[in-house]
Amino acid sequence: MTQHAAILPILIPFVAALLQLAAKGYGIAAQRALGLGGALFGVAAALWLVLLADDGMVRVYALGDWAAPFGIVLAVDRLAALMVLLTASLSAAALLYASAGFDERGRHFHPLFQLQVFGLQGAFLTGDLFNLFVFFEVMLLASYVLLAHGGGMARTRAGLAYVALNLAGSALFLIALGMLYGSLGTLNLADVAQRLQAPGIDIATARLACMLLVAVFALKAALLPLSFWLPHAYAAAGTPVAALFVIMTKVGIVSILRVQAIAFAPAVATADLLDGWLLPLALATVLFAALGALAAPRLRDLSAWLVLASAGTLLVVPVFPQADVSAAALYYLVQSTFVAAALFLIAEMVAMRRGEVADAFQPGPRLHTLWLGLAFLLAAASAVGLPPFAGFLGKLMLLTALRDSGSATAIWSVFLFAGLLLMLALAKGGGRLFWERSPNHPHGSTHPFGLRRGLALALLVSPALLLALFARPVSDYAARAAAQLHDPQAYVAAVLGTHHIERETRP
Amino acid sequence: MEALLAIAIGILTTCGVFLILRARTFPLILGLTLLSYAVNLFLFASGRMQMDAPPLIRDGASYTDPLPQALVLTAIVIGFGMTAYLVMLALRALAESGDDHVDAKEKQ
Repeated sequence: MTQHAAILPILIPFVAALLQLAAKGYGIAAQRALGLGGALFGVAAALWLVLLADDGMVRVYALGDWAAPFGIVLAVDRLAALMVLLTASLSAAALLYASAGFDERGRHFHPLFQLQVFGLQGAFLTGDLFNLFVFFEVMLLASYVLLAHGGGMARTRAGLAYVALNLAGSALFLIALGMLYGSLGTLNLADVAQRLQAPGIDIATARLACMLLVAVFALKAALLPLSFWLPHAYAAAGTPVAALFVIMTKVGIVSILRVQAIAFAPAVATADLLDGWLLPLALATVLFAALGALAAPRLRDLSAWLVLASAGTLLVVPVFPQADVSAAALYYLVQSTFVAAALFLIAEMVAMRRGEVADAFQPGPRLHTLWLGLAFLLAAASAVGLPPFAGFLGKLMLLTALRDSGSATAIWSVFLFAGLLLMLALAKGGGRLFWERSPNHPHGSTHPFGLRRGLALALLVSPALLLALFARPVSDYAARAAAQLHDPQAYVAAVLGTHHIERETRP
Repeated sequence: MEALLAIAIGILTTCGVFLILRARTFPLILGLTLLSYAVNLFLFASGRMQMDAPPLIRDGASYTDPLPQALVLTAIVIGFGMTAYLVMLALRALAESGDDHVDAKEKQ
C-alpha cells in the first residue's frame, strides 16, 4: 500500500469528479458530500505523504511500472509532499466556502473543482516535463471554466483574456518541450539534468529550450512583463475560485525552483540561465504589485495585487543556490497562500454585509460583525509582515537568508518599501471598510453567513497564527525540504537508478 | 524536406502571431489555431525527419522516433478542447456585449 501513496493525491480528486458526474441526478447535496468527502480524503492522503516523504528518500512511482526515463514517473520529495498538503488544505477550505451557495450559481461546479485539484496535485508530483504540460493543461482547462462560473460580463471578459494568454503560453511550452527533446532526446526531468551535463549536446538549442521553459513558468507565476493578466482575472473570479487560484501562481514558482535546482544549476551549460534578469524583474514585480495595491478600489482587487506581491517576493528565490534561502521561501509560500485566500473570502463576506457599496473602499453602513474585522486585521497584518504573525516570520527568515547575498541592499530596500506601501494600502482600505460610516446607508444587512463560510474563513485565517506558534516544526521541515531540493544527485539517482541507459546517436 | 517544413512552420507562426495581436475574438481564435498547427509540426520535427519509415522498431528496418508522434497526438487533443472552449466563451462575450472586440463594454 505504501508504494501507492504517491498517486493517491492525484487519484482521489479524479475519482471524486467521476463520481460527481455519475451522481448528477441526485441533487446538490450529493455533489457537496462527494466533494467534501474527496477533500477530506485528499487532506488525509497528503498528510500521510508528508509523513512518508520526511524520511528523506525521493519516492518514485513508475506509472504502469515502466521505469524512467522511458516511462512516466511521479517523484515525491519533501517539497512535492508539502505542496500537495498545501493544495489539499486550501482546496478543502475553498470547497467548504463554495458549498454555502456559490456552487449553485452555475452548472458542474463540483466536478470542475475536483479536476482543478487533480491538475494541481499532478503538476506538483510529476517528474516528467511532458506530463507536467498535461497536468498544467488539466489545471488550466478546469480553471477556465471555474473562472467563468457564476456568469457576468466581467468574468467573460477576464476569462477571454486569461484563456487566450494561457493558450499562447501552452504553445510556447510545447515549443520548449520540442526543442528540449530535439536537443537532449528526453523529457524526464532527472534525465534532462543528466543529459545537460553530457558531452556533445547541442548547448545553444538546449539553453534556448530551458529559457523558454522558464518563460512559460514565469507566465504562470506572473513575473512582471507577463503579470498584467493576474489582477484582472483574480478580481473577476468568484470568491472560492479566486481562493483556489492563489495556489496557481505557486505552481509556476515551484516549477522554476525545481527545474533550476535539479536540472539547470548543476550543469555548466545552463548554470547562469537565471542570472542577471530574474532578480530585477522579480523586484519590479513586487514594486508594481505594491503600487497596484495602493490604487485598488475594492478589497478583492487589493487581494489580487497581494497575490502578485507574494509571487514577486518568491520569484527572487530561484536565483540563489543556498538552501536556507529556499527554506525561508517555502515557509513564506505556505503562509502567504493561506493569507491571500483568506483575504478573498473576507472581501466577499464584507461585501455581503455592506449592500450596494459592497467591498469598495467607500464609507458604507455599519458592520455588526466584530470577528470579521478581527479576521481582516489578522490576515492583513500577516500579509504585510507585521509581528507577531506568520507573515512577519516568513519575511524575516527570507531577509535574513538573503543578507549575505551580493544584491542584499536592493532586495532589502524593495521588500521593506513595498511592505510599507502594502501596509498603507491595507490600513487605508480597512479603515474605510470597517470604520467610516455613510449617512446614506444607515443599516447594513445582518443576514447570517452560515457555519460553512465561517468555518472556511477560520480555516484560512488561523494558519497566520498557527504557523507563527508552530514556526519551529514547519520551518524545520522547510529546511529539510530545501536541503533535499538542493541535492540533485540524490533525486537523479532515485529516479534513474544507477544502471546505464543505452542511447542511440541521432542525426 | 527540412527547408519546406521550416518554411511552413515559419509562415504558420507568423500568421498566427499576427492574428493573435488583432483585438477581435474571431481573428484571435484563428491565430491561436494557426499557432497550434505550427507547434504541432514543430513537435513532429523534433524527432528528426524520416521518410517512409514506420514508428516501429524491427530488426534491420529503418524506423522513425515514435515519441514525438505521441506528443503531437496529445497536444492536438488538448488544443482541440481548448479551442472549442474558447469559441464558446467568445460567443458568450459576443451575446453579452453585442461586440466582438476583446475590450468591449457591456451592452447598454
